[in-house]
Amino acid sequence: MGAALEIRNLHVTVEDQPILKGVNLIVRQGEIHALMGPNGSGKSTLSNTIMGHPAYEVTAGQIIFDGVDILEMEPDERSRRGLFMAFQYPVAIPGVTVANFLRNALNARRRMTNPEDKGIPIPAFRKLMIEKMDMLRMDHEFAGRYLNDGFSGGEKKRAEILQMAVLEPQIAIMDETDSGLDIDALRVVSEGVTTLYGPNLGVLVITHYQRILNYIKPQFVHIMMDGQIVESGGPELALHLEEQGYDWLREKQNGSGK
Amino acid sequence: MATRRRVAREFQAPPLTRADVEALSARYSEPAWLREARLTAWDIYEALPMPTTNDEAWRRTDYRHINWDSAGVLRAPNGGRVEDIPADNRRPLLGGEQGGMIAFVDDKLVHHEASAALARQGVIFTDLRSAAREHADLVRQHLMTHAVTPQLGKFAALNAALWTHGVFLYVPRGQAVTLPAHSIFYASRPAAMLGHLLVVLEEGASIDYLHENLSPTMPSDASFIGATELIVGDKATLRFVNLQDWGRSMFEFSTQRARVGHDGQLDWITGQMGGKLVKAFMEIDLDGRGSWGRMSALYFPDGQQFMDLDTQQNHNAPHTTSDLLFKGVLKDHSRAVWQGMIKALPGAQKTDGFQANRTMIMSDHARVDSIPGLEIQADDVRCTHASATGQVEEEVLFYLMSRGLPRLEAEKLVVDGFFVPVLDRIPFENVRERMMAYVERKLLGEV
Ligand SMILES: Nc1ncnc2c1ncn2[C@@H]1O[C@H](COP(=O)(O)OP(=O)(O)OP(=O)(O)O)[C@@H](O)[C@H]1O
Ligand SMILES: [Mg+2]
Repeated sequence: MGAALEIRNLHVTVEDQPILKGVNLIVRQGEIHALMGPNGSGKSTLSNTIMGHPAYEVTAGQIIFDGVDILEMEPDERSRRGLFMAFQYPVAIPGVTVANFLRNALNARRRMTNPEDKGIPIPAFRKLMIEKMDMLRMDHEFAGRYLNDGFSGGEKKRAEILQMAVLEPQIAIMDETDSGLDIDALRVVSEGVTTLYGPNLGVLVITHYQRILNYIKPQFVHIMMDGQIVESGGPELALHLEEQGYDWLREKQNGSGK
Repeated sequence: MATRRRVAREFQAPPLTRADVEALSARYSEPAWLREARLTAWDIYEALPMPTTNDEAWRRTDYRHINWDSAGVLRAPNGGRVEDIPADNRRPLLGGEQGGMIAFVDDKLVHHEASAALARQGVIFTDLRSAAREHADLVRQHLMTHAVTPQLGKFAALNAALWTHGVFLYVPRGQAVTLPAHSIFYASRPAAMLGHLLVVLEEGASIDYLHENLSPTMPSDASFIGATELIVGDKATLRFVNLQDWGRSMFEFSTQRARVGHDGQLDWITGQMGGKLVKAFMEIDLDGRGSWGRMSALYFPDGQQFMDLDTQQNHNAPHTTSDLLFKGVLKDHSRAVWQGMIKALPGAQKTDGFQANRTMIMSDHARVDSIPGLEIQADDVRCTHASATGQVEEEVLFYLMSRGLPRLEAEKLVVDGFFVPVLDRIPFENVRERMMAYVERKLLGEV
């Protein structure tokens, strides 16, 4: 069995405000999960906490990846171990090209397995970039542009998936990668993810819409409300949400005495 | 151990005298005109008070801790050799090629080469002492007469009186020189060094020129009292790169000024890395209609370093354009000051002046002061400034680290990216690479 990301009873505060209030979730390699939920319910907080963002303080619970508690690890180590997050709001880095950045990131991974590694040879790297950019139907000049600097919303999202494709994580979290994409771009990006998907990749798709799930078909759907996963089910749950909205869940929550 | 409160010290002058001027001039058997020029400058020097923190231009620059007993003495040339200079700095600028290289260790000329191609074009690239004898008319016409004059300030006057070594670069009318010129001042011991650069491009001439100042860190204070004069004739084009990597015992007081004739172009890039305290005045005078001047700097103080860069963009004629971009990164307890002034004279219509100082602070203890200024006497001008100080944002580092880059590598990428717009203006690839490597060592705390 492959690596798994296990979230156990996770409590997280931001600036002393409790945001996550006991989240439980397991995503295994080879599985696709969708995480849905209203604005502000804590989805990005969960993904940022998984990646180790310093603003999010874990007050209780555990995050286990591949059998190891990763809570004390810096974000870079989590990444090198095989976790990836496509950001909801990617950050611009002026002066640093996409290619230069990705080569550095790849080399950091290689050095983890072999401290003596001299880095990926330029021709091999170029080939890899071209292959992945073609898969995402990206113009090759993209590699020479400054990372996210002046990118359109859609370009940023594509660049996130390009990074995922190059870094080949075991578990990838895609935080609203579909937002800001036009219909064609959504299809291209989704097909890209589907191509990458296989027994070695587990995906957690965070989204508000069914649309992306028509391409990236989840086996599991979870709904987060107010910092907890309140409902889990199969793909039909997402369809149900699309028709009904969240009210029935809120009622159900209230009904259960919360 | 008993501690004693230190007495507040005065702003003291170095222990130099008129006799030093005479001795220096005699030692090099200088022509009478030069000796006279030095002595006249000495009189001006003596008449001027030492700058203090009461003077606007020196308000933030307190150099009272300098030990003039070591930093203020002239020492006779010793046995310096070109091999004393780090090999990296001596590498040719373009792959295997350069038009010429001049190197001084202290005030001793240790290396002088100028390619036959330069000579064929009538280019003079030589040390300033020889030039004063062999090309007296040219040197006399330009040396401290209309770019840096002794009247500009105390340290300018001191350099005029006592410059110990220098470089003369002259490109005749209409000559486009493709191979770059390269010079190095290397200071090897604690003493006063007074280096001078005189660059003259006649009408329509063009060249790229790199000058480097460097030294190891010494056991006691040293000083570099420099002057740089860039004279860019009508329709001439000069790209001048000036890099500074002094050891941590060096105090630099330099006065640098360019004059640009009509339709002339000056692209001036400086990299400031070393020194204990640096006070550099850099001034561009756009004298001719249609002239263009660009000043770019990257500076990166760390530890206790102090850098004060004082710039002036003078629009003295109509249709002139100036553009200044300074980028600084500060670490540890370092401090930087940038004060920049754009001036437009009454007749300087249709001028366009811009200045921006952008800094990135990597420590809570570092501090930068940005002081832009405009003095506009023409009415049809466009002069603007911008400055911004930021920190390396956690959000940016998190993003990079989430891709597997360790914090230091992430910081390096951000800093490199920050410097790139200025680095890209350096026309020599191996110098750019050297700077990047240097920035990395600075970040790692290895310099
Ligand atoms: N860095 C932060 N600083 C301050 N508050 C934060 C921070 N991150 C999250 N929060 C707060 O935590 C709550 C959950 O935010 P989060 O971004 O996790 O929601 P979300 O489910 O991703 O919402 P959306 O669907 O709008 O993206 C919100 O109230 C938000 O304001
Ligand atoms: Mg979110």
